[in-house]
Amino acid sequence: MSQTDLEIVVDDPTAPEDNSPSVVSSGTVEIVVCLLLLALAVTLGTDNWRTGASWDSTGPEPGYFPFYLSVILGGGSLYGLVVALLARRTVSDTFVTRAQARRVLAVFVPTLLFCLVTQFLGLYVASFLLISGFMRFVGKIALWKSLLTAFLFTAIMFVTFDIAFDVIMPKGPLEAAFGR
Amino acid sequence: MEAFGLLLHGFAVLLTWKTLVLMMVGLVLGIFVGVLPGLGGPNGVAILLPLTFTMDPTSAIVMLSCIYWGALFGGAITSILFNIPGEAWSVATTFDGYPMAQQGRAAEALTAAFTSSFIGSLVAVLLITFLAPMISSFALKFGPPEFFAVYLLTFCSFVGLGREAKHKTVISMSLGLLLAGIGMDTVSGNLRMTFGSPELLRGINFLVAVIGLFGISEILLTMEERLALRGHAASISLRVVLGVWKDLPKYWVTLLRSSFIGCWLGITPGGAIAASFMGYNLAKRFAKDPESFGKGRIEGVFAPETAAHASGTAALLPMLALGIPGSGTAAILLGGLMVWGLNAGPLLFVEHKDFVWGLIASMYLGNVVGLVLVLTTVPIFASILRVPFAAVAPMIVVSCAIGAYAIQNAMFDIWLMLGFGVVGYVFKKIGIPLAPFTLALVLGNRAEDAFRLSMIGSGGNLGVFWSNGLVGFITTLAILLLFWPLIDRLLGRVGGRRRAGTAAQ
Repeated sequence: MSQTDLEIVVDDPTAPEDNSPSVVSSGTVEIVVCLLLLALAVTLGTDNWRTGASWDSTGPEPGYFPFYLSVILGGGSLYGLVVALLARRTVSDTFVTRAQARRVLAVFVPTLLFCLVTQFLGLYVASFLLISGFMRFVGKIALWKSLLTAFLFTAIMFVTFDIAFDVIMPKGPLEAAFGR
Repeated sequence: MEAFGLLLHGFAVLLTWKTLVLMMVGLVLGIFVGVLPGLGGPNGVAILLPLTFTMDPTSAIVMLSCIYWGALFGGAITSILFNIPGEAWSVATTFDGYPMAQQGRAAEALTAAFTSSFIGSLVAVLLITFLAPMISSFALKFGPPEFFAVYLLTFCSFVGLGREAKHKTVISMSLGLLLAGIGMDTVSGNLRMTFGSPELLRGINFLVAVIGLFGISEILLTMEERLALRGHAASISLRVVLGVWKDLPKYWVTLLRSSFIGCWLGITPGGAIAASFMGYNLAKRFAKDPESFGKGRIEGVFAPETAAHASGTAALLPMLALGIPGSGTAAILLGGLMVWGLNAGPLLFVEHKDFVWGLIASMYLGNVVGLVLVLTTVPIFASILRVPFAAVAPMIVVSCAIGAYAIQNAMFDIWLMLGFGVVGYVFKKIGIPLAPFTLALVLGNRAEDAFRLSMIGSGGNLGVFWSNGLVGFITTLAILLLFWPLIDRLLGRVGGRRRAGTAAQ
């Protein structure tokens, strides 16, 4: 069968190196997560206790169900904390290497900025900036390709949601200038 | 035979140009989502859900379920051509699918994958057609205690039967149930866990959480890996298709076995991932020459694909009949039903006949159309992978944000989505399962309402959960399943001692 001779090859020039040093181990992250969950369980638990977590004449009070869930969550995270602390003595897996962390932040930070820009300039402007910027600076794709793709994608989204399906997105000064 | 008549009615509802076009659109979007790295069935459905808000429920569910079928088909393309499973349930497909592609039999492997997916779904849809109405009419007699018992059973079986560390499943589930309780309490009208914030008053929307947990976190995870890929391009000719189909009857045992496993694991919350591996392993064990598996054997493609699809489809059975989703994607479809103002559960079969049978009919039609579509368009979809991830990733982020915002028109939800993205990323990396979290979040309020209504009914007596044979049986089963790992170990120890005793004699 000759159809299979064609090959699709895509390279990833900025791939994280395999021998990158570890930033933090899974065990440490597990301990931190368990502590955070424990704090959350205590906060929600006290709030529900305040709302009323006992029984009255009609049955359980509003806080009853969530209060006992906070107790379960607290118990689960406490157990997880102990397990993670005990496992600390043995060698723990890597949670993330430095090269991986750099790549993850390369997506996370732009996404965070995108949310901020959406709040002030509206979603469509933010989306244009995110896509063009990400393609250009993270993906190292030619500027004209990045701008064109970003513009087309944003325009298609605008037509689909705002015009065709009447799903209204947050908008900013630019859309206002065009009277939308 | 009543089911058959209703099904025909369902087809009549479906056979309009508008619905058929929506079906095609859904399938194409679904395959797209299934092929792209960093997006899968649940994310695809969650992100595209807002598109359907202005449609009528029947068109909406047809489109969404077609996205789901499409994603199931799409997962197979990347596993076979690139050795990259687009979905966790396609991992087992790579074992024999990729070697086949390397040997130049990619077209054959793809045809086998699509055909067996089709067969698996078909078996599961048949099961739904005849079993769902029966279960739902039985469940019509359920009161709040029975419903709570069924919810309890679902939660407990996750903890007892899940493969993750038990405490991590418990954490994930209780967190989901807690977050579901934020906002206005539906029984008393009191505010809970809002800490005076007007944004939390609305509660945490299930779909916003899902978009963050699956969409955003998946992008973060995908970026960690090397994204280079090389694979085979293939187009499928009619001759190959007919050749594979001619050989199908030879493999009827494998197909049937995998369909059965898939249906079973789909209804119980075992899921498509477990089903595909089990299908593959059993096919290998029962084969005369197990060594030939993993070297490009067509049965090794048939077995996992049939099971994965049967399971993915069967997961909709408990959702339709009882309002309890059997998988993450089914949970999201359930979330969709709520947005359209429909209440999933036994009453759905009585009150919204058009909707239910339209959906079931769309499962038949969607799978047939999907099969034809993927067989003819594989080369196009395979070339999607040439698009660099740096272009795809920001587009997915934007789509997620649109999806999250559209649900309640709230900027706060976009921030919430981002937060859940980080939570999902961390949880996945330290092995806290997300499926129980999703399930708990969507079922939390119903479970609590059922519990409180039963308590009000019984005057606060917990004995109501053992008040009759049915509810007592379900509750006891739930508790048994919760402690199943302990019981299993205990039984093993007793068995071991007895064996040791007989050996000594």
